[in-house]
Amino acid sequence: MAREGEDAGMAKAPKRKRQKKRKPKENKTRTVHANVLHDCAKGDENPNRHYANNEIKTTKYTVLSFLPKNLFEQFHRFANVYFVFIALLNFVPVVNTFQPELALTPVIFILSVTAIKDLWEDYRRHRSDKEINHMDCLVYSRGEKRYVEKYWKEVRVGDFIRLRCNEILPADVLLLSSSDPDRLCHIETATLDGETNLKQRQVVRSFFDLDCEFDPLKYNSIIECEKPNNDLNRFRGYIIHRSGRRDALYKENLLLRGCTIRNTEEAVGIVIYAGHETKAMLNNNGPRYKRSKLERQMNVDVFWCVIILLVMCLFAAAGHGLWMFQYGDKRPVFDVLSPEGTDLSPIMSAIYLFLTMIIVLQVLIPISLFVSIEIVKICQVYFIHQDMDLYDEETDSHLQCRALNITEDLGQMQYIFSDKTGTLTDNKMVFRRCTVAGVEYSHDANAKRLAMYQEMDSEEEDCMSHGGTLPRRDSVTSHQSARVVLRSHSTKSHRRTGSRAEAKRASILSKHTAFSSPMEKDITPDPQLLDKVNECSSQMDFMRFHSQPMSQLPSDLSDIIDFFIALTVCNTVVVSSPNQPRHKVRMRFELKSPVKTIEDFIKRFTPSRLTSGSNSSSSSSLNRSSNKGCSSLLSSPSAESTLTKLNEETPPGGLEPGFSAAPPCYDGRPSWSPEDGELRYEAESPDEAALVYAARAYKCSLVGRLPDHVTVELPHLGRLSFELLHTLGFDSTRKRMSVVVRHPLTDQITVYTKGADSVIMELIKPLDTGNSKGRRQKKIVCRTQNYLNLYAADGLRTLCIAKKVMSKEEYACWLQRHLEAETAIQGREELLFQSALRLETNLHLLGATGIEDRLQDGVPETIASLRRAGLQIWVLTGDKQETAVNIAYACKLLEPDEEILTLNADSHEACALLLEESLHYIQAKFFCSSGDQSATADFPPFEIYPPASPSSSSSHAAHFLVHRLGLVIDGRTLAYALDKSLEDKFLAVARSCRSVLCCRSTPLQKSMVVKLVRNKLRVMTLAIGDGANDVSMIQVADVGVGISGQEGMQAVMASDFALPRFRYLQKLLLVHGHWCYSRLANMILYFFYKNAMFVALIFWYQFYCGFSGSAMIDQWYLIFFNLMFSAFPQLITGTLDKDVSAETLQQLPHLYVNGQNSEEYKPYMFWMNMIDSFYQSLVCFFIPYFAYADSDVDLFTWGTPITTIALFTILLHLGIETKTWTWINWLSIAFSVALFFSVALLYNASCPTCYSPSNPYWTMQRLLQDPLFYLLCTITPVAALLPRYFYRACQSTLFPNPVQVGRQLDKLPADTRRNILSLGRLKTGSPLSPAPPFLPLAKLSPAKDPRGTPRAPVSQTDEEHGGGGPAAPARSRERLSNVYSSVSTETDTLPYTKDAPPLTDWEAPGQSPPGWTASTPLAARADGVQLSLPPVGAPQCVKYRRSPQEGLVSEHGVHPPAHRTAPAAEQSLYTAL
Amino acid sequence: MLADSVETMVKDEQESSNRPDNTAFTQQRLPAWQPMLSAGIVIPGFVLIGLAFIGIGVALFVTSQGIQVLEIDYTGVEQKSPCFRCANSNEKNCVCNLEFSIDRLLKGPVFFYYGLTNYFQNYRRYGVSKDDNQLSGDLDYFQSPSDTCSPYEYDNNVPIVPCGSIANSMFNDTFKLYQTVNGVKKQVPLDGKGIAWWSDYNIKYRNPSVTPLKNAFNGTVKPIFWSKPAYELDPTDSTNNGFINQDFLVWMRRAALPDFRKLYRRITHEDYKEGLPAGNYSLEISYNYPVLSFDGRKKVVFSNVSWMGGKNEFLGIAYLVIGSLCVFMSIVMLIVYAKFKFPEED
Repeated sequence: MAREGEDAGMAKAPKRKRQKKRKPKENKTRTVHANVLHDCAKGDENPNRHYANNEIKTTKYTVLSFLPKNLFEQFHRFANVYFVFIALLNFVPVVNTFQPELALTPVIFILSVTAIKDLWEDYRRHRSDKEINHMDCLVYSRGEKRYVEKYWKEVRVGDFIRLRCNEILPADVLLLSSSDPDRLCHIETATLDGETNLKQRQVVRSFFDLDCEFDPLKYNSIIECEKPNNDLNRFRGYIIHRSGRRDALYKENLLLRGCTIRNTEEAVGIVIYAGHETKAMLNNNGPRYKRSKLERQMNVDVFWCVIILLVMCLFAAAGHGLWMFQYGDKRPVFDVLSPEGTDLSPIMSAIYLFLTMIIVLQVLIPISLFVSIEIVKICQVYFIHQDMDLYDEETDSHLQCRALNITEDLGQMQYIFSDKTGTLTDNKMVFRRCTVAGVEYSHDANAKRLAMYQEMDSEEEDCMSHGGTLPRRDSVTSHQSARVVLRSHSTKSHRRTGSRAEAKRASILSKHTAFSSPMEKDITPDPQLLDKVNECSSQMDFMRFHSQPMSQLPSDLSDIIDFFIALTVCNTVVVSSPNQPRHKVRMRFELKSPVKTIEDFIKRFTPSRLTSGSNSSSSSSLNRSSNKGCSSLLSSPSAESTLTKLNEETPPGGLEPGFSAAPPCYDGRPSWSPEDGELRYEAESPDEAALVYAARAYKCSLVGRLPDHVTVELPHLGRLSFELLHTLGFDSTRKRMSVVVRHPLTDQITVYTKGADSVIMELIKPLDTGNSKGRRQKKIVCRTQNYLNLYAADGLRTLCIAKKVMSKEEYACWLQRHLEAETAIQGREELLFQSALRLETNLHLLGATGIEDRLQDGVPETIASLRRAGLQIWVLTGDKQETAVNIAYACKLLEPDEEILTLNADSHEACALLLEESLHYIQAKFFCSSGDQSATADFPPFEIYPPASPSSSSSHAAHFLVHRLGLVIDGRTLAYALDKSLEDKFLAVARSCRSVLCCRSTPLQKSMVVKLVRNKLRVMTLAIGDGANDVSMIQVADVGVGISGQEGMQAVMASDFALPRFRYLQKLLLVHGHWCYSRLANMILYFFYKNAMFVALIFWYQFYCGFSGSAMIDQWYLIFFNLMFSAFPQLITGTLDKDVSAETLQQLPHLYVNGQNSEEYKPYMFWMNMIDSFYQSLVCFFIPYFAYADSDVDLFTWGTPITTIALFTILLHLGIETKTWTWINWLSIAFSVALFFSVALLYNASCPTCYSPSNPYWTMQRLLQDPLFYLLCTITPVAALLPRYFYRACQSTLFPNPVQVGRQLDKLPADTRRNILSLGRLKTGSPLSPAPPFLPLAKLSPAKDPRGTPRAPVSQTDEEHGGGGPAAPARSRERLSNVYSSVSTETDTLPYTKDAPPLTDWEAPGQSPPGWTASTPLAARADGVQLSLPPVGAPQCVKYRRSPQEGLVSEHGVHPPAHRTAPAAEQSLYTAL
Repeated sequence: MLADSVETMVKDEQESSNRPDNTAFTQQRLPAWQPMLSAGIVIPGFVLIGLAFIGIGVALFVTSQGIQVLEIDYTGVEQKSPCFRCANSNEKNCVCNLEFSIDRLLKGPVFFYYGLTNYFQNYRRYGVSKDDNQLSGDLDYFQSPSDTCSPYEYDNNVPIVPCGSIANSMFNDTFKLYQTVNGVKKQVPLDGKGIAWWSDYNIKYRNPSVTPLKNAFNGTVKPIFWSKPAYELDPTDSTNNGFINQDFLVWMRRAALPDFRKLYRRITHEDYKEGLPAGNYSLEISYNYPVLSFDGRKKVVFSNVSWMGGKNEFLGIAYLVIGSLCVFMSIVMLIVYAKFKFPEED
């Protein structure tokens, strides 16, 4: 829930406050009184009157303020100021050229186009505001003494509102009453943070005991709380009752605007923040504006244009001065004296002329360029939106462009940084296999089932691409497809939380449950394990029946049943029934258990828990899930939910699937029955749900979860209610979660822990090998570890399950200290963390699970294709190394014949050394072999030119050849590698690798990597991700792409483009990116050309009019030429032109290199265009000049043909540059010509005396009768365009570039093309592959410790991977190990074991689901380093910790984690991350 | 009820799919012509264009060759020039005679131009210096001419009509052409009608509808450089006075380039319908217009015209050059192409 966008929101908040609130006394809190206490809600005496009301207004303008405000905003753009300045210059008589009014028109036109656009947008906002403001809600009316319906906008702070199920909250409301017996209210916050799981909110404590309905009239408390702020996860305040008692308020009490009430019949609350002061609105950031690379480049050239303009003006001014000077005192008859009748000195007139020339030549700075670019980009966005191929049928969503102005950047990407989970994979966690008590259950049937889904998916894919309407996977799928359709992330703007679109979406979303596709749900149990479960439970049933102690159960069987209980209980999954989605299923047992000592015991603690526990949970940042917060909070608040015990008489018919004994439903709603279908699980993360579903496959189903107990249904045993004593939620620091329950069968206090294998394994109880039990346990641990490695090798996500039985005394002792921790004022988080550590030790390993994170469809193909397109793909994931590597193989990021360079270093020095060595290795291996081409030229068949072409203009990155080499680096090493001193080396290594895989990286590291690559290599970067942990990376990259997947909307909200699936990236980049880039690049170049060519005509004329600033082109033509006559065709071409067809672009990904290297718009091209435009203007000027030389032609009769010729030339030039001619192109050109002539004819016929000074009456009409005019119009464009056309023709026929080859392919019939493509090789151009100039390396310096003694390289390089290259890796390992040995001689404390079995390499901490790592605060601070070797072979544990003060401290010997002091353990844990 | 509205919204959403329209336009699959610059098209195309241009060029060149032009400078820079005296003296109403002979018949209709060189009628501030409203006969502007005329707006606070620099600087040399037949000077009648644009004469420029025209000019003065007021420009023809004087109209149409000629008269008299016959001619010039101060030149031009205007060989040559260039390029391409790429694979 880390809100990355907070800063921006924060910046906005105070502004709003200033606007909205003029409070006489600015204090730090807000006091809210109930409005019912005051006669008139709007009266002066109402203490709430100063607070913003609930009417929202997101519009920027009002009717009155529109003009000034909009103008003010527009003048922020420098170009507008420039053009206005020039227009105003025209009002100065000395320098004026045009009619001043006329000169203003283009500026006014441009400004008004933008203004109209803004107005329209604002109007849309206004309408949607209105819609939202007029939504209804129930507000308590004092007069009528009941809840009456009111509009949202009428809701005021201090109002009581009643909310019913599925309603959307109109404002931020403090929950005062809920129909829920536990005084809970469930809300769904998908619109705020995109998380689809339910959150529990709780009634303010003082109103807890109200059994009767809440009566607003009796309410007379005062609420003091924080000022409005945008932190969704914070709310502090207290409520002061009349009695003077104060009760604290927490975020658990606050319902946020935009959320939806779920599972709760009715809730009543008082409005605390309304309208713009709600947290949702304060979190509301506008769309992002970025500047694309192309635009940056363009701005440089605009700057050059200014220079050219100034040079021309200076030249003309100097010329004019000289011209004046040559006449001396003799005034020619045509000279005009100054208004005073005196001579102007040559210098003065030169200065005046300079200004005049700026006006005359202003067209050189393309006024319409900026507007045109915006229009074209909007059209491009429209087309991208409309693309059927980017539309996901399943989710009914298509691509969203959230940033409108960087479409062309898509065509220039060089590096892709991708998240793994949810981006490359589906984030559909599927239970694959597990190991319990050292026995592996392979779940083959389940694997087959999954394979079947895969096939079905692909089949469906095929069919969908053909027709789209296809009988879906019937009953099984219909459910899923319905869900996904409804989960559609509407393409409407998500900008404004609380908007209608979102309200809609929210209501839709909620109907269904996340993470519950049949693939994830219907797990086929392993028969062997199922048998064991049955056996075990029947035995237990038997025992229970005969009142035998459960401890007699064989330990493997008890492990199995514990394993499943742990799967079922140890989570935060909420149960709902399908027919009443999100209505909590309640299991109530009438019979209460006899109170035993433990209950008494616990009850002794209850009061303190109630008072202090809440405090801690609400403010602790470690606590992510509100469920858990509540669970600790609400241990037994109501009489109803006191401790329950399993009814001994519960019918033991548990073998039949579940729920035969329908328990009485709580609120008299028809209770669900088996026909209603199964229960749904709503989980915070997909792995949780996967495990619960897996357990259910073994008939161990989670039936209900309440804050104080969890109900589980077991085979034979029926329903068991586990009293939930405590939940220690998951956090990414601990990488595990635990629940403390009282086992109903054994009555023992049991801790179930589930977490990353590396973490859990460390916490396993030290084993006493003396007795058989200990030996067995040790064997289990070893085996489990082996299986875990296997799982990881299979690309599965692994979790370990462990348990621990505590005595009551132990628990009491722990609880005591835990409560102390919770109540601590300082360092509470620290204390809570330590407290959790105290609980989670000495665990008994039950087993481990392997969950498959399935690849999305088409990911390998997409990656292969993107890579062929010359894109470097880096995967940054929070997952553990083995899993990540395996996924990387699966998605073809790494290929079996590729060498893998693995960097795992535990210290800065080791990292430096490793990088150094890797560089040498790369250099040695590839520099030598680059001559024989085999290493570099072995690219996929469609080699048009090498991916990293040395001619790449982008940067010095081009000097690096990308080798067939993969780099794997883990988060810890990355932290060192990203250090200032090492980053260059790291980059040098990374850039020469074909793919880079960063495992276990934190969100911050992800963004640091992106930033590093972007800034140092000066490349275009794209970051793609789906979760909140990718947000920072998405924001840093040049283009951020969000996957609108299952992990919520945060990535989408931060992104520039949102895709439904990863594979759409291919078309988005290769086709749309290419098109957008090439279109825009060509259009910009054309714009520069066009303006320069037109303006140069006037410039040449200056040589023939005494540099007097005279223009032969009529001022109308001069001003409207750009704006009207030549504007449309270029817009059409800029929008529609396709240099290569979409099919070819996808088949030939190499064509993408075109954009990467900015081939369409290189700096020299601007100058080439300028030269061409000057040439063309020379032709267009001098052919008429000579044709009319020495004739009686008058100024405008001569100038008008030049204008016409220029228009023709410009249009024909566009024609040469246009690659595809649709009827729209023809139409636009015809329209342009027609427009010019009709405007000219009308203009020249309209007024005989107007339009001074040109006064072109009847000029055009006369010209049209002149054959010379036509002759000129024929020859001049031909002569002007001949060189360009000749060049193009030669170049495309003789030396076609790849794009032109692609275009030629397009022309071929479809099957011929396919044949050629399948032939594999296409010979084009020169097969250049120059020898790579190799990396300029930083000088190798031995790694030294600050004290000067060489440090042990606590590192390990792992060259092993499945099917690795035969000889090369061995060689490299040898080389690398040489380094180690050479260093290791210097220090004898080398912990490095080169020969450690690869599969037991698990020193890195456990994995973390990405959704959770989001809240990882910051793990880059690594001031201590730890390497722990696996307890394979010997139970020895070697620890190396290095802190800046102590240097390296090595501890030898048996150091079981449990025996370490808490701070040390904690530190090592921190550093392990 | 909110719940209901939520329900309907849900329904809406389900019905209204986000599926894009599958049209050729939105999917960017519009049928398109892709001009491919392949040798097969380019080379014949170049040849065709080249040949066509050569054809036009030949026609133009031949036409242009048929035009006869007689150009005589009479500035009087050189000592032996008949107008040397007039050019260098401040004598008013200086007249000089320019003798010339024509070898062969100058085919009619013959146009008689005067030409000025190094004369910047296109000077920006010069070009602005007129008042279109005044010239269209609006009497209001007679009394208060537009500011654009400045500094030729008022003469001692009396408005100048026609105001402005262009009018002020009107060319005021006059010519009389004599044919010397057997030693006897026979005046060649010059036709001063229809030398200006029809639209200028009839629409753009108007005299005020005051009769006699002289009255309209009450309270105004003639331009400073003028010797006689506007209403007395042509004493022979009352319809050729004021602003619709043809010479004035011709002058007011500013030349595009600093070397220009302006139509002075046409020779359309019956005796000279066939043109100016060979023989000796004498041009009587009343030399008034000073050009030497700015190094200008004055000339007279006798020329006949074709359908494409006066003599200009440039356009024909341009067509020929461009045409040959096209053909040449196609040959170059053919050679290069044959060398590198023939025959084209695939």
